[in-house]
Amino acid sequence: MIQQVVFAIVLLGFSYFIARRIGLISKGIQLGKQTPLTGDSSSRWKNVLLIAFGQKKMFKRFIPAVLHFFIYAGFLIINLEVFEFIIDGLAGTHRFFAPYLGSIYPVLMNVFEFLAVAVLLSCVFFLIRRNVLKVPRFWSAEMTRWPRLDANTILVVEIVLMFAILTMNATDQLLQSRDAHYTATGSLFFSSFLMPVFENLEIGSLILVERFAWWFHIVGILGFALYVTYSKHLHIFMAFPNTYYARLEPKGQIHNMPVVTQEVKSMLGLAEASTTPPTEPGRFGAKDVNDLSRVNLMAAFSCTECGRCTSECPANLTGKKLSPRKIMMDTRDRVEEVIKNGGKLDDGKSLLGDYITKEEINACTSCNACVEACPVMINPLDIIIELRRYVAMEESGSPASWNSMFQNIETNFAPWKFASSDRFNWAKDQA
Amino acid sequence: MNVPTLAELTAKGESPEILFWVGCAGSFDDRYKRVTKAFVKIMHALEIKFGVLGTEESCTGDPARRAGNEFLFQMQAMSNIQVLNGYGVKKIVTACPHCFNTLKNEYPELGGNYEVIHHATFLQQLINDGKIKLKDGHAFKGKKITFHDSCYLGRANNIYEAPREVLEALDADLVEMKRCRTTGLCCGAGGAQMFKDAEKGKKEINTERTEEALATGATTVAVACPFCMTMMTDGVKSKEKEAEVKVKDLAELIAEANGL
Repeated sequence: MIQQVVFAIVLLGFSYFIARRIGLISKGIQLGKQTPLTGDSSSRWKNVLLIAFGQKKMFKRFIPAVLHFFIYAGFLIINLEVFEFIIDGLAGTHRFFAPYLGSIYPVLMNVFEFLAVAVLLSCVFFLIRRNVLKVPRFWSAEMTRWPRLDANTILVVEIVLMFAILTMNATDQLLQSRDAHYTATGSLFFSSFLMPVFENLEIGSLILVERFAWWFHIVGILGFALYVTYSKHLHIFMAFPNTYYARLEPKGQIHNMPVVTQEVKSMLGLAEASTTPPTEPGRFGAKDVNDLSRVNLMAAFSCTECGRCTSECPANLTGKKLSPRKIMMDTRDRVEEVIKNGGKLDDGKSLLGDYITKEEINACTSCNACVEACPVMINPLDIIIELRRYVAMEESGSPASWNSMFQNIETNFAPWKFASSDRFNWAKDQA
Repeated sequence: MNVPTLAELTAKGESPEILFWVGCAGSFDDRYKRVTKAFVKIMHALEIKFGVLGTEESCTGDPARRAGNEFLFQMQAMSNIQVLNGYGVKKIVTACPHCFNTLKNEYPELGGNYEVIHHATFLQQLINDGKIKLKDGHAFKGKKITFHDSCYLGRANNIYEAPREVLEALDADLVEMKRCRTTGLCCGAGGAQMFKDAEKGKKEINTERTEEALATGATTVAVACPFCMTMMTDGVKSKEKEAEVKVKDLAELIAEANGL
């Protein structure tokens, strides 16, 4: 009984803190501007199914994709067992579903154990890739102490949690042989290898170990769920909405600014009789996170800092400061800071300047390599263009050569300094 | 070179099926003017009726938009659309992927709706339709050629195969660079980089890409974009390989192979 009450309190406590974080994150995302969704929803669902659910883009790099798939499948399927944990915890039952599922139950348990082992081994391999093999994209400039610690924490926690499941099942099987009160699960393949470790324990210690492992696993899972909301690991949820909201237009298309269209039309005398009253144009481009779209901000929370974008970025590859991953990390950090400020943006800081510098955004070739590389369809280029728009239109602070280019287009209708009357001279040249 | 403008054609009461959008590089850049002429020669040889805008053409606004100057981009776009719609243009062919992308993807929202085709696709269609027939024993037969994907053709618009099919028609030995198609490395000039110096770094992007192209052992680096043309040509020069390795546009290869 006491266990049930404690469990209920623990569950409620974690639920409260997780719900609070979800509320804060969604407020953070809502700092962004609402932008209309274009294109049909069937294409959007297709992206969710293929790219988020089916991990299509992960499979461009096969080995990490397979290992990641184990962890992903493990996460989805082992969480079914967490559902049983919660029922058991609240109802004071033990292996609640076993009687209902009959002979399927041991099969399921064996599948879960297989996944637990697969997850465990994958995490070990990932730790080696990060820390021993030192895959370069996990060590580039923006991968400072916290992002590196975050990644390792997640992997270690997953290993420990999987180990707890196996320990629980091993001791549980020993208890089944000694006490008829324990629901028979039949032999569980992977955890049976752990049984010799606990074989010599007396029944009291065995119960203690089994209970400890049970509590450790469920509290671990709940704690992990809360931690995830602070971590890059949030992609496990955000990947789904992010692929849904990702733009469907060709990658080369930069989105239009209707505010500018209105002004340009009136300048050219093309303005149709205005049907809507002129709205306050606000800021052109983006200086801070509230100037970006909600899709941009959501993308920042979907980023798991894998660095595939940065490892494909021509500017980054040749030693420039620009890193598309950093653009996303900075955007998220700034939103988190604003959340911490209680939603206030006037703290004397801004995304452009305090987080992202002009040197970074100026180095972008808009080649879309980062967009193509992202396994969850994040678009760092969209943010870069918005920041450039602010610099060009609000600050007139573009690089001097760009300002001359602008001037050339304005006066000669070409980005170079050639007279527009000479534009057709090529046809007069001798072949 | 006899190239009719839409103004002349309209005065004669004609309206050509195709507008050839030459672009700023195609009009002013000495190297790319040769591509423009090669393309015109192919059109003439096939007796395809087309017109150009001549001095009425103007920058699409691509570099302005990518550098953040949305006002300037839209000013350019709207005045171009006025001209294009004024002539009732329906179909545009261009040899510049940046013009192609802007005209095709970004003008519709501002009132400019045209069928826009990049010359790689246009040439591929002519080859597939049997209109371009390549003579035997031309200079590129069996020669190693590598194709450098332009970002604005490839990733931006998913056109990867058309330029390769054009090269295959040459019966050349097409070799791919390590990074190609969806992972093709930018030449370094997109996003208005063409019009300023690169930021501080340890290497120029076009050097990186040129090294990759040279590593294939190809004697011809085929490109389909004026900016890529400049960057790759400069890259090859900086490696002092300009005697052995030529950077050429698809239209030039087809024109040369046909002795045009």
